[in-house]
Amino acid sequence: MSDLLQTPLHDLHVSLGAKMVPFAGYSMPVQYGLGVMKEHIHTRTKAGLFDVSHMGQVKVTGAEPALALETLIPVDIAGLPENRQRYGFFTNDAGGIMDDLMLANRGDHIFVVVNAACKDADIAHMKAHLEPDVQVTPIADRALLALQGPASEAVLSSLNPAAGEMNFMDVATLSLNGAECWVSRSGYTGEDGYEISVPNAEAEGLAKALLAHDDVEPIGLGARDSLRLEGGLCLYGHDIDTDTTPVQAALLWAIQKVRRAGGERAGGFPGADVIFAELEAGALRKRVGLRPEGRAPMREGVPLFAATEGGEQIGVITSGGFGPTVEGPVAMGYVSVDLAKPDTKIYGELRGKRLPLTVTKMPFTPANFKR
Amino acid sequence: MKYTEEHEWLRVEGDVVVVGITEHATTQLGDIVFVELPEAGGTVSKDDEVVVIESVKAASDILAPIDGEIVEVNEALADTPSMVNDDAIGDGWFFKIKPSDASQMDDYMDEAAYKAMIE
Repeated sequence: MSDLLQTPLHDLHVSLGAKMVPFAGYSMPVQYGLGVMKEHIHTRTKAGLFDVSHMGQVKVTGAEPALALETLIPVDIAGLPENRQRYGFFTNDAGGIMDDLMLANRGDHIFVVVNAACKDADIAHMKAHLEPDVQVTPIADRALLALQGPASEAVLSSLNPAAGEMNFMDVATLSLNGAECWVSRSGYTGEDGYEISVPNAEAEGLAKALLAHDDVEPIGLGARDSLRLEGGLCLYGHDIDTDTTPVQAALLWAIQKVRRAGGERAGGFPGADVIFAELEAGALRKRVGLRPEGRAPMREGVPLFAATEGGEQIGVITSGGFGPTVEGPVAMGYVSVDLAKPDTKIYGELRGKRLPLTVTKMPFTPANFKR
Repeated sequence: MKYTEEHEWLRVEGDVVVVGITEHATTQLGDIVFVELPEAGGTVSKDDEVVVIESVKAASDILAPIDGEIVEVNEALADTPSMVNDDAIGDGWFFKIKPSDASQMDDYMDEAAYKAMIE
């Protein structure tokens, strides 16, 4: 265990009674005293504080960092207004997804947040392809907190009223509890909320100031996963990976027109030809939401079939579990495209039995963003 | 009460044995969201997988601790699996079994031995 990395909030987690587990090379809190179910519900009804300092924070600076990043990411970055953020992903030459990420235009640089498990590879990838024209600088001296849930606005506004004026996907530098923070109004729960980059030395003080609010509880990775699953949000390495393309993953909404065939800055990213061809012809399989009937959760790896007996496997579950807000099992996975329409009934094989699931639009819980 | 190394408890009530899992087990498993029980009336052998429980984290199998006939199952758990977390040694019981060889109970721990094991 001694080789696990710790975030600046490690001692705070332990003092709060967290159950710590290894995750992406870090010792991270999977749950606190409330437990996953109550932490999930608390976040949906009030506000939850998450430590996501294990994620990679990177500054890309230079003459044209947005255009440089567009050579690796099929997203409109050059057209992103200052102090706005958007979702994106790195693609490979086969059109597969190398990682998904958030991009913010901070005026003189692009601020990138990538997944913990991929961050070393992502940084090496950017450096190899983009330097020396732009500089790729990992930020090691900042922690990352997420405050999520309907009470987030009131809580953060009590530390700085400017937080309340931000809209979904706005980015701003705000002084919070005396710390200079880079704040975005975004998250990974399907709720309104903020992600806050804070200097390491001031992270614990800020976390304590937020937790001092009656509506805020600390929330672990367990509830983070059930919240994002109900929100229909992909988990890299499970719902998307190098074997899935943005077309199959139903992430085309993230590829703006300007980067698509016929657009002003069409293509120019790895795998563009593959992705455009698949977009034209239609993917053979698609990521969909799934609601198992009954109460039994169906988890990652459960094979999917078109009928109760016989036939070839037509898909697989990539994330699944119990949705505390839905009060039932929820899942997402890939199915052959002819079975991808909402309300289609398919079957998952669980403990030797084929049990019914219904293809369902995501999110499973209504998104609650401040637009 | 007797306890197994698999964190089950066994309580003798007349000629049947009531079986559930310990509070320690429910704490380790986290919130339980689904319990699949056997049919009442069936005969089971020791170590048969008789119950599946799913927590927010994972699925686990519960083994029959002794040979016998399942005479009753706790149907209420189908709709309210959280009873296992809320009252592990009371309302959260799984099934009642009529032992075919009551001496199998002798192999299991008493409360003091179980407490020593989980410490």
